[in-house]
Amino acid sequence: MRNPLSEKVVNIKPSGIRKFFDIASEMKDAISLGVGEPDFDTPWHIRDEGIYSLEKGRTFYTSNAGLKELREEIANYLYRKQGILYEHPLKEILVTVGGSEAIDIGFRAMINPGDEVLIPQPSFVSYEPCAVMAGATPVLINLKAENEFRLTAQELEEAITEKTRILVLPFPNNPTGAIMERKDLEEIAEVIIKHDIYVMSDEIYSELSYKEKHVSIAQIPGMKERTILINGFSKAFAMTGWRLGYACGPEAIIEQMIKIHQFAIMCAPTTSQYAAIEALKNGDEDVAEMCTAYNQRRRYLVHCFKEMGLECFEPYGAFYIFPCIKEFGMSSDDFAMRFLKEEKVAVVPGNAFGDCGEGYLRISYASSLENLKTAMGRLAEFIGRLRA
Amino acid sequence: MREELLAIIERNSRIDLKELAVLLGTEEAMIAQELADMEAEGIICGYHTLIDWEKTSKDKVTALIEVRVTPQRGQGFDSVAERIYKYPEVQSVYLISGSYDLMVILEGKTMREVASFVSDKLSTLDSVLSAATHFIMKKYKDHGTVLDKKKEDEREMITP
Repeated sequence: MRNPLSEKVVNIKPSGIRKFFDIASEMKDAISLGVGEPDFDTPWHIRDEGIYSLEKGRTFYTSNAGLKELREEIANYLYRKQGILYEHPLKEILVTVGGSEAIDIGFRAMINPGDEVLIPQPSFVSYEPCAVMAGATPVLINLKAENEFRLTAQELEEAITEKTRILVLPFPNNPTGAIMERKDLEEIAEVIIKHDIYVMSDEIYSELSYKEKHVSIAQIPGMKERTILINGFSKAFAMTGWRLGYACGPEAIIEQMIKIHQFAIMCAPTTSQYAAIEALKNGDEDVAEMCTAYNQRRRYLVHCFKEMGLECFEPYGAFYIFPCIKEFGMSSDDFAMRFLKEEKVAVVPGNAFGDCGEGYLRISYASSLENLKTAMGRLAEFIGRLRA
Repeated sequence: MREELLAIIERNSRIDLKELAVLLGTEEAMIAQELADMEAEGIICGYHTLIDWEKTSKDKVTALIEVRVTPQRGQGFDSVAERIYKYPEVQSVYLISGSYDLMVILEGKTMREVASFVSDKLSTLDSVLSAATHFIMKKYKDHGTVLDKKKEDEREMITP
């Protein structure tokens, strides 16, 4: 029989998390700090709206780009929160199946064979494979701990070639918790405009920013017209399972993205869209409450690492902290595996998010304070043994 | 910071100063001062424990009593309310808008004990016009805490 598989797909490495997942899932009594989603349930009034839409029999498709009311509410929300004005939400906003779909079809709508996509790492696992599947050549930028894993103008400048087409900007960052402040964005915006490249800004963690209010690159003058802004409901409103995100950007790009979305997906889940309208209209308080809880846990972990003498920059975004374990002379994989087996705590090796994450761990604080306390006690014991 | 501090201790009044200081990103001395101030100002009125007495061997019944009263000249409802809350078996007294005036929450050992409090003490007060007693049969959730069951974490162990 002939080989039925696509070479391009076969050549994509499976997610580095997978192997670890299989082992951790066997250990039912382990504490997991390896989860990339909120530990909160979706606020009840939002769930209720989803249920109500089902009761009303709203079980049909929506228009391809999403409910009109939802796209208008997204525009209101972005203006209210960040002052970004999408004047024509029906042409500039597309509702997607999670931020993930937006990443995929954003690349597919913009890339021609051989185009280079700049991907700062450590970062979310999907950018590189999605860029490859869209026919691009991914070019990795290794972010550095001494810059608190921010992207600097110099790093960007050095990575740009004639073929560079898109820069992926993943901040607040999963897995490092790094943020880009306004001045950081202004510096890279200059380089971006000079070289006439586009930005795919993945701002799924925008609500979880603990230093100052999140700033989007689209707020920097001259940038909105060259930015695909990706966001969604998963992290801010604890709605991961609803699979709902969105992409905003110049009409010409969104139009092509809608075309792919229309043929591949049809439309995002209708129930989720109705729930999302409620989230945007009446969810600000819930978001603030969850954000306060995350911030308390974040401070707690920073404090614990300081006490343990574990090297770690203070993260100001998302719900991750990214301590350095190079002092123990073992790989991230080995450390995480031993920690899991000996102390029954699951964390994710940093190299799952790019080779430059080697020597680090991603610890998620989307877990109750009680769990975090137990886990930190075990971590202190574990590294005590390693140092002995 | 006050509201954030209050929100934490409303859920867990046993948390220690050191931990509060870490969670709120401040110094222990600041927290101690803030707590003392709020106690003095009557913002913090007590540090109680939420107990599910059902799970103990002690018998206890709780009743909600809707009371209609005649307000008194010059004092409104305050003096009647005071007469009622002086009884130690009375847990709470609230002035209510709507079809009755006071909501009285009462704890007793048995239904008979509660019933006799209502008929002998409460109803005989001059200004009390009527009292409707509702016994609590089961507490599902109290003070924001679900008493019935613990929620399990059903998320996948590792996700990107």
